Amino acid sequence: MEIKVLGPGCANCKKLEDATRKAVEKAGLDATIAKVSDLQEIMGYGVMSTPALVVDGELRLAGRVPSVDDLVALLQRG
Amino acid sequence: MLEATGDVLGWMNDNFLKMTWLNELVGRFIENVLGLSLTSKLGSSLQFFVYDAVKIFVLLSALIFAISYVQSYFPPERTKAILGRFNGITGMILGALLGTITPFCSCSSIPLFIGFTSAGLPLGVTFAFLISSPLVDLASVMLLASIFNWTTAIAYVIVGLVLAVIGGFIISRLKLERYVEPFVYGSHLADADLPDLTRADRLAFAREQVVDVLTKVWLYVLIGVGIGAIIHGWIPGTFISAVLGYDNPFAVIIATAIGVPMYADIFGTLPIAEALVGKGVGLGTVLSFMMAVTALSLPSMIMLKKVVKTPLLATFFGIVVTGIIIIGYTFNAFGRLFI
Repeated sequence: MEIKVLGPGCANCKKLEDATRKAVEKAGLDATIAKVSDLQEIMGYGVMSTPALVVDGELRLAGRVPSVDDLVALLQRG
Repeated sequence: MLEATGDVLGWMNDNFLKMTWLNELVGRFIENVLGLSLTSKLGSSLQFFVYDAVKIFVLLSALIFAISYVQSYFPPERTKAILGRFNGITGMILGALLGTITPFCSCSSIPLFIGFTSAGLPLGVTFAFLISSPLVDLASVMLLASIFNWTTAIAYVIVGLVLAVIGGFIISRLKLERYVEPFVYGSHLADADLPDLTRADRLAFAREQVVDVLTKVWLYVLIGVGIGAIIHGWIPGTFISAVLGYDNPFAVIIATAIGVPMYADIFGTLPIAEALVGKGVGLGTVLSFMMAVTALSLPSMIMLKKVVKTPLLATFFGIVVTGIIIIGYTFNAFGRLFI
C-alpha cells in the first residue's frame, strides 16, 4: 500500500502525517508513507483543502485530520 | 399569533443564545458565596469573566459543530466548480456568499488561490471570496447576536458581504492580473475526484473541527475575556470615551489602526467589543476594531505574498482598510438604531 500525505507544511499536515503513521502501525499494514509538499503535485490531485490523503493513487480524504481509529477504518476499507 | 411566535423566539434567544440565566447564576454565586457586591470593581469584573468565558466556550462548541456539518457540503473544490459558472458581479456576490460557508483556513490560502485563479476564475471573484471568508464567519455572527442582538448581527453580515463584493469589483476594474505571479497561471488544478462523505464522516468532521478550533482559540478567548473584564470593571468610562467615544472624530481610525496588526481570533475580540460598547463606545468603532483584527492578518498576508505581487497585495489591503473605516463611521452614525 502506498500512502501519500499532501500538505504544504501547515500544522494540520504534520498532525495528519503522525496520525497516519500511528494508524498504519495499529492496523499492522504493509505501507509506505510519503509526505508531499510540492504544490504542483498537490494540485495534480485536484486538492485545495489540505491536508489530504492519497492511498494507492486514489484521493481518500481532503481538509480533515481524522482520529487514528477513523484512519484505521479508512485504510482497511481497501 | 405573530406576537406569540416573537415571544417564543425571544425566550429561546435569551435562554440559549444570550444565556441570561447564566449571568444571574454567576451573579448570585459571587454575591452569596464570595460575598462580593456586583457593583464593586472586583465583583463586576468577576461576573463578566466567568459568564462570558463559559458562554463563549459553550456556544462556540455547539456552533462550530453545527456549522462544520453544513460546511462539509461545501468543500473549496465544489465552491470552485460553482463559481466557475458565473461571471461579473454575480460571480462576486456568489464568491462573497460562498466565502462564508466554505471551510477554509489561512494555511490553505495558497492552494486555494492557485486553484481558483488557474481554473480561470476572475481575480474579482477570488478576492470577494478571500475578503468575506475570514470576515463573515458564521459562528462569529451567532456570537454577535448573543452578545448584542440580531439586528446588529444581520447588519454585520450585510456590510461584510457588501465590502467583499465592492472590494472584488474594484480589484476587477483595476485590471491587476499582471500582478499575479506568473507561475499561478501556469499551474493546473486537476479535477478533484473527491471521496463521497457518509453522515458518519460529516459528524466526525464536525467533531474534529470543534476540537481543532477550541485548541486553537481557547487562549485568545481567555485573554479577550480577561481584557474585557478589566475594561468592564476597572477602566473609567470617561477615559475610554475620550479615546474611542462618539465625540472623538478619529475613534474609528484609532480602533482600525489598533486592530490591523493584532493577530487574534474573532472569538477573542468579541468580549472586548462587548465591554467597550458597555462603556459607551460607538458600535461602529467596535465593529471596525473586530473587522480589522479578523479580515487582515499577518500570516495570511505573508501567504498571499507568495502568489501575488506587492501592488495587488497593497490594493487589497487598502480597499479592506478603507472599507472597514467607512463601515465604522456609517454604523456610528446609524448605530443608535441598533442597540
